[in-house]
Amino acid sequence: MSLETVRPSPGFLEYLPVEYQDLVRHGQYGKSMKATDMGKFKELVEEHPMCAGCAMSLFIRLAFIALPTPEHTIMVGTAGCGRLAISQANVPFIYGNYGDTNAVASGLKKGLAVRFPNQFKDVVVMAGDGGLVDIGFQGLMHSWFRKERFTTIMLDNEVYGNTGGQESGMTMQGKVLKMAPRGKRDEKIDVLGLAQTAKVDYIARIAPTNPARVMRTIRRAVLVAREVGAAYIQAYTSCNIEYSIPTPDVMRDAFDIEKERYGFLEIISDRAKEYLDGIEKKSKEKK
Amino acid sequence: MNKPVGVKEKGVKMSQHVKLGQKNKKGQVYTDIVDMFNMPEPPSFLTGSEVIRDAVKVASIDLSVAYPITPQSEAAALIGELYAEGYLGDYFRGESEFAVMGQCAGAAFGGARVFTTTAGPGTLRAFENFPMWAGARLPIQVCVTCRGINSPLTIQPDTLEMYFLLETGMLIWHAETAQDLYDYILAGFMVAEQPDVHLPIATCCDGFFVTHTKDTVNKVPDEVCLPPYDPYRSPVPCMDMENPPVRMMRDPFVMKSNYISYSTHASWQQEVRAAIERSRKHTIRILGSLVETQNTDREILIVASGTAVSQSREAIRLLEEEGIKVGLVKLKTIRPFPHAELREATANAKAIFVPEFNLSGWLAREVKACIPNNERVHAGPQVGGGMTMPLEVIAEEIKRYLGIPTETLASRGS
Repeated sequence: MSLETVRPSPGFLEYLPVEYQDLVRHGQYGKSMKATDMGKFKELVEEHPMCAGCAMSLFIRLAFIALPTPEHTIMVGTAGCGRLAISQANVPFIYGNYGDTNAVASGLKKGLAVRFPNQFKDVVVMAGDGGLVDIGFQGLMHSWFRKERFTTIMLDNEVYGNTGGQESGMTMQGKVLKMAPRGKRDEKIDVLGLAQTAKVDYIARIAPTNPARVMRTIRRAVLVAREVGAAYIQAYTSCNIEYSIPTPDVMRDAFDIEKERYGFLEIISDRAKEYLDGIEKKSKEKK
Repeated sequence: MNKPVGVKEKGVKMSQHVKLGQKNKKGQVYTDIVDMFNMPEPPSFLTGSEVIRDAVKVASIDLSVAYPITPQSEAAALIGELYAEGYLGDYFRGESEFAVMGQCAGAAFGGARVFTTTAGPGTLRAFENFPMWAGARLPIQVCVTCRGINSPLTIQPDTLEMYFLLETGMLIWHAETAQDLYDYILAGFMVAEQPDVHLPIATCCDGFFVTHTKDTVNKVPDEVCLPPYDPYRSPVPCMDMENPPVRMMRDPFVMKSNYISYSTHASWQQEVRAAIERSRKHTIRILGSLVETQNTDREILIVASGTAVSQSREAIRLLEEEGIKVGLVKLKTIRPFPHAELREATANAKAIFVPEFNLSGWLAREVKACIPNNERVHAGPQVGGGMTMPLEVIAEEIKRYLGIPTETLASRGS
């Protein structure tokens, strides 16, 4: 997007809603933000209807702040809790059908590449565990096999939260949830392993315990997807409602689960590593 | 309210962002479609699949996604050859029809002109996408080469899938011949992309009968092509982040079960249907009409679409030899349904026959719902499972109505 597009015609700014004025004067477009700057600028997503204490909404907020080039980013999602917040952002959000995210993102990325051969456009899929690995499994895997240049972020709350707490492929074995009345029979699907099998160039597992690390991970994934190949982030974003986590304990749960089985993990291909080393070295030199 | 617009005074404004007369990278000259159709070329002798390829070649398509399913596989592969020659921006095989239609949606959300093909079970696997395309106002064209869908399996032609498509909010056109298919594919983009229409279009034809038989076709020269799609004339913002940011989702309203939620959904559905109706004037300008009629002053009429029209033409000739005079109404568009044209054409008819290549008789129901005194409509003959519709079967249906004894065909079992 030309930044001129968001800038109102002279004389009109004061008549626009104050939120839009803030977006123009103090927004993220054309800038790079840090987690420690939160509160000092107009974030891409501020208001959302997520439940009180929702870890997913924290992660989504951080993800948007981390976008390296929001003025050239399009988000794709599907049914699930996440899209309630993602759709409120000042970045276009496409929600087509149930579980079609990685097909839509593939077509979108290719269509944009045909139309804008000289301008990168970042495409980011942000969807839930059910949307990606259950109903969206085929599209997810094939987008990786095709080495599609976009980022897939799984908001893994290990449950279908939006429809009221049904077991998903990412639920832990034995967990009693709706549609798993005797406890889930099968193991949590190893999507990180599948991503490795599909030779995804940047793979990360993360819990939202360290804002700076979340942001660095998102930024790395989007940049790898822009220049190298597919990128996948699997983020533990607990559902405090369906897992009955008291609101004040949501972050404690995130730390506990991180320690137990969701520790930070990056699996980076050689060419992605080379690329990231190059740009991260450059940005250090600048400082 | 939409004001009634006369066809003659309302010219169709084509894409402005590339001027007509300029050349694309293959050296083809962007040309107004009506001018294209007036450029004489020596006739070609081609299969329907080859006709799809040749229409795509001059349609300035940005992206096409393919997936094999009989009987459209050949056409989808031939489009790939055009891509290899540089006529399309991108082309690939998707992983299922559901994915293919999602990939088409993604490219169209990003402002590309998109074409794909499917058939029968593929159409049904893709189905969730079609009403989404319409609601999202994506002017994707899908060529549906109709085939049977029920179990036990058949790969033969059967138009049942068109019945399912009727209320998706798409434009639905039904080609009788390879020539129709060629013309409809090109005209389809121009009509579907008009700002006051901007809807997906299904250009349907009967599988095998059209796709795998050879026919004489008048094409336009390969040196011209359609003007490119201009996504900034869309009635909804293009999702390329070259506009101020917007969201395109279908359920911020779902969260509020209130009047705004209900009225948003209801009014948008009405708008999609109104947009279908607004396509008439553009279609008439390019294709001349929504129906084709022949001797509608006669008391007996056949109303049909697709290759049932061709069979009806021959049945009429057969009956004429016996002194029985029958008129014909061919429907080119099923959505919009040509209500006014059909009522006018059937005004004097005492009996109306609707032969169809499916056993549901959906076209007969549409006709019955549209005309006064609908006891005049005789639904049939109908054939399913890919059987041919012999002329004698149509003629016999009409003769039985007239009380003329006929040699009963064994297949009818009566």
